[in-house]
Amino acid sequence: MELTVALAIGVLAGSGVWLLLRPRTFQVVIGLSLLSYAVNLFIFAMGRLRLDAVPIVRAGQAIDPAAYADPMPQALVLTAIVIGFAMTALLLVVLLAARGHTGTDHVDGRETDS
Amino acid sequence: MNHLIMVPLALPLVTGALLLLVSERRLQLKAAIAVAATLLLLAAEIALLLRADEPLTQVYALGAWAAPFGIVLVADRLSALMLLLAGVLGLAALLFSLARWQRAGPRLHALLQFQLMGLNGAFLTGDLFNLFVFFELLLAASYGLALHGSGPARVRASLHYIAINLTASLLFLIGASMLYGITGTLNMADLALRIAAVPPADRALLEAGAAILGVAFLVKAGMWPLGFWLPTTYAAASAPAAALFSILSKVGIYAVLRVWLLFFGDGFGGDWLFYGGMATLAFGVVGVLASQDLPRLAGFGVLASSGTLLAAIGMGQAAATGAALFYLVASTLGLAALFLLIELVERSREPAADLLAVTAAAFGDADDAPEPEEEVGVAIPATMALLGLAFGCCALLVAGLPPLPAFLGKFALLGALLAADPVPPAAWAMLALLSLSGIAATVSLSRIGIRVFWPAHKRSVPRVRVIEMAPVAGLLALSFALTLQAGPAMRYLQDTAEALHAPRAYIEAVLPGR
Repeated sequence: MELTVALAIGVLAGSGVWLLLRPRTFQVVIGLSLLSYAVNLFIFAMGRLRLDAVPIVRAGQAIDPAAYADPMPQALVLTAIVIGFAMTALLLVVLLAARGHTGTDHVDGRETDS
Repeated sequence: MNHLIMVPLALPLVTGALLLLVSERRLQLKAAIAVAATLLLLAAEIALLLRADEPLTQVYALGAWAAPFGIVLVADRLSALMLLLAGVLGLAALLFSLARWQRAGPRLHALLQFQLMGLNGAFLTGDLFNLFVFFELLLAASYGLALHGSGPARVRASLHYIAINLTASLLFLIGASMLYGITGTLNMADLALRIAAVPPADRALLEAGAAILGVAFLVKAGMWPLGFWLPTTYAAASAPAAALFSILSKVGIYAVLRVWLLFFGDGFGGDWLFYGGMATLAFGVVGVLASQDLPRLAGFGVLASSGTLLAAIGMGQAAATGAALFYLVASTLGLAALFLLIELVERSREPAADLLAVTAAAFGDADDAPEPEEEVGVAIPATMALLGLAFGCCALLVAGLPPLPAFLGKFALLGALLAADPVPPAAWAMLALLSLSGIAATVSLSRIGIRVFWPAHKRSVPRVRVIEMAPVAGLLALSFALTLQAGPAMRYLQDTAEALHAPRAYIEAVLPGR
């Protein structure tokens, strides 16, 4: 399982970085989205990977922390997802505005000659 | 519990939300609400500063959950100082925008309030993940402010600015979650205690996480080679936004100061900060010399200021940090005044009516666009003489020449550099670079000043209103006051620096009995 998760994070981050460095604004947006997926998975993995463990403690029972998943990274991921979502939406609006102003979807607002 | 510490967060949030509900047609009402709220905010921040100097590290547990399980807000001397600085800049930008910029696009007042809220939160929070959230809040507001007034140049610069800062935020998340993965906590004081006890096997991973976190902060501070976006964005932003942005890059410096000194004393990564700061300073100086127009010059001035601060902090001495804080206050005030002034000066080059027409057309409601003649406020006489005087003061501040406080900051910094015996070569290099940066800024600013104020051909005199000149004059008057009261100010800042270098009191205030 560790290998699968690590590979998933690596592939997402690698594709994200590659797209981020591309010259088209839409590629940059997709690149940033992929990167944020990779980062979200990474945060999740930082709480240690566990199978079949719940993060919520039952009331009125003796508690063995080893039997539970770490709830903290899950809360962090939730926050990061929401913020990333909002920022991507904002970036899309700016992308459209840039397209309208410059007439091109190049990130510098003009085509290079090469 | 002392609820005063919540005011810098709750007041701008509520005011900003309220301003969203008021129609754009009732600009006078919106402006009145915003000014009143910002004045109240300033009063609260002054009260916080006085309490922080008692000395008292005030801790506020949100929802009354005790640290490290709940999120705490902490106001010590450094936080209180940065809060007050942000409040002053916020008021200056707000007053400046009343004359014309508030009409250049919708919801400027709400954005300014949210920007202040994000800044205040970042300065107050005692929790690493909460710091991320407030960074995002202040960035979200700053995206809106950078775009205020629209136009191709702003949109293009903002696109780069947003993409770079989103990437930096992802690095922040990686760094913060790595620290959590190793230590199991996000409370800064708790982290400081646990990092000291991390076994050597995990040390490398921990330092990698901290370094990634540091990169995220340094992108904000504009350290070379992470700061190429900064001059373009700042130069393209509207004047009130740019003035407020001059503290935005200082948020990165604040985060480095707080987190680095708390977690690692001054052990790990100091050389990186020192040499990175020197490189930033050198790059800023070259940029200042090469700039052909004032907005870009001011943008590179921000870089040079960041570089000086990072290099001074990287030396890891309390005396140097105290001097750097003095320089931080002085240069932030000077740069903010310069950004405001630039717009007034540039008006004599391109008639502002054109500017307004362009932005209004881009914005889409050309019918509602007000005529320039309708603007509020009284035009001031002897405009060019006053503008020239203010420009001279700004130049002295940015270049760090006497008698203005940036010089005192640099002087104290040099004193701290040369206090060691024998003086290390790095300190000599820093001294040379600092002197050189002063000369370069003087050359560059006087060159542009001559071109603007003593033109060969007749130039139209800009119409400047009192409400636009007042913030510039106020910021400059504050810096004069800082020179006159340099003794008490320096004492406060030295105490701040010593508390930062010996964070025991901070940790005990957040986690009593640990």
